[in-house]
Amino acid sequence: MPIALEARNIVKHYPGVIAVDDVSFSVREGICFGLLGPNGAGKTTTVEIIEGVTSATSGEVFYYGEIAGQRFKQEAGIQFQNTALQDYITVRETIEMFRTLYTRQANIDDIIEQCSLRDLLDRDNRKLSGGQRQRLLLAVALVNRPRLIFLDEPTTGLDPQARRNFWDLVQSIRAAGSTILLTTHYMDEAQVLCDEIAIMDSGKIMTQGSPEELLRKQYEGLIIELPISDLTGDLSGIEHTVYDNLGIIEVVTTDVSRSLQQLSPHVSDLNQIKIRQPNLEDLFLDLTGHTLRA
Amino acid sequence: MWNRIYAIFQARNREFLRDRASLSWNLILPIALMFGLSFAFSNDRDAYTVGILQSAEEIMVDDHPFLETQYINFVAYDDLDTAMRKVARHQLDLLVEFGDGARYWINPESPKGYFAEIALLQSESTVALNIEKQQISGDAVGYADWLLPGILGMNMMFSCLFGVGYVVVRYRKNGFLKRLRATPLTPIEFIAAQVASRMVLILMISTFIYTGTHLLLDTRMEGSYFTLFLIAIVGAISLVSLGLVVSARVTSEELAGGLLNLINWPMMMLSGVWFSLEGAPEAVRTAANVFPLTHILDAARAVMLDGATLADVSPALIALTIMSAIFLALGARIFRWGPM
Repeated sequence: MPIALEARNIVKHYPGVIAVDDVSFSVREGICFGLLGPNGAGKTTTVEIIEGVTSATSGEVFYYGEIAGQRFKQEAGIQFQNTALQDYITVRETIEMFRTLYTRQANIDDIIEQCSLRDLLDRDNRKLSGGQRQRLLLAVALVNRPRLIFLDEPTTGLDPQARRNFWDLVQSIRAAGSTILLTTHYMDEAQVLCDEIAIMDSGKIMTQGSPEELLRKQYEGLIIELPISDLTGDLSGIEHTVYDNLGIIEVVTTDVSRSLQQLSPHVSDLNQIKIRQPNLEDLFLDLTGHTLRA
Repeated sequence: MWNRIYAIFQARNREFLRDRASLSWNLILPIALMFGLSFAFSNDRDAYTVGILQSAEEIMVDDHPFLETQYINFVAYDDLDTAMRKVARHQLDLLVEFGDGARYWINPESPKGYFAEIALLQSESTVALNIEKQQISGDAVGYADWLLPGILGMNMMFSCLFGVGYVVVRYRKNGFLKRLRATPLTPIEFIAAQVASRMVLILMISTFIYTGTHLLLDTRMEGSYFTLFLIAIVGAISLVSLGLVVSARVTSEELAGGLLNLINWPMMMLSGVWFSLEGAPEAVRTAANVFPLTHILDAARAVMLDGATLADVSPALIALTIMSAIFLALGARIFRWGPM
């Protein structure tokens, strides 16, 4: 598959702050690429530089091998994290207005169906719920039949139903052949939607690859979790990690039976033990730390 | 390009026209001001007021020739102290007592008192003046006639500066401009759409206000409506362009409001919205020429009150066109979609 998007050595300095520090990655055509990171990691700045709405201190962005320019603007669809729409304008008028700005135009009825906006067409933008508004913003990002779509934390603030509804939408867009660049700090979202991810922190990319590949590299085996309160003895002979703030201990193991045998003398209630596969949240927390960010 | 400009133009028009509160305010305030001020100044502003000291409430015109003088309001007073206090405060131009031992009181610092005194003394004169008298007929230019261009210009100024400047800053602050930047829309297309939208809206509003006041107050219109319309178009473009310069980079509505007021207030005071600058010092009149509104009002008043032709007002139109070109070029040059 060709490379749809490539960011090369992107750097962004603000006075006293390096927001993006030499970030490079590439996105193959047709995949959903997730840019993950805690708040303030530099995800949004990186993506806005790629989108062309923020200027970089240095670095270049390539779209299908060319410096991102007019063709990129015509073929990219963007859903920003925070976008206000005009007041007193209806959903239909908003979609039509943005559609007119492009020479590549999607069929308006298809977008309306795809984003389930049929019943909201005559509603004022101000009167939309959070989920409805996100669907409209996605519809606006689709008005030009985009080959590449940017979704910047699209489900922040949505309730669980609305989030899952949005995931279905994203999957249907990807199935139709568009390339997606998704930024999120929800690991479950990334796990469900992304074929490849890059984890950012402090303006740098810490790691990148497919979720399975990264988890395989980071963790050998399964994770045994037990509450600290159930611990009755010393675990010094067993390799483990203590998460005081969560009240749990994690043991990563390739041999669950042997580990359970070693643990059982030191645990008061074995029923509280959980065994699970490592997930992106584990990887994310291990790479970016467990402490709260300012 | 034209499709994109039209899309932004149409959306902005819808946004404005559906905001009923703002629209009503834009229509009602100027008309209310016109009616209020016209009513307040509807009495003959140059009439003199002379007190007649007498015990009777009714003034008998036959008592003295002076009482037949036109354009003087005669008011009877029976209390000398009260009437003298009014003379001292210029509330009465003159106080007269007829009859035996006739006398009058005047404040020597009152200009109107000076002329009222001449009228009083002349009324008793029997000397014929050897000066030929010729009559010129014509209706007086009422305050409403003079005020209407000012009110239209002021409304245009507020609507153009705040309606564009403030809105662009709001769009920038809430991220709508950033969203537009991610599309193929260019700054010049966005600016052109804003100028066109506000121009159409202000012309609609001004036409409504003009028609309403003209029909109800029978204001004067000596010149051509086409010339007046042309002045309105060129004037609106210059004011919108000025608003765009102010809002080109600002991200705070408070700062934008301050900057716009910094322009609005001197322009409103010095451009002749409320009063004529004919008697003002030369330096003030020269300084007033930097404001687009001065040229708009001078040209509009010349057309409406004196029947000036397109050729007569062409210097004002040229000045406005040059200002618009400078403001638009500067606005497009320094315009930013997002915060710096």
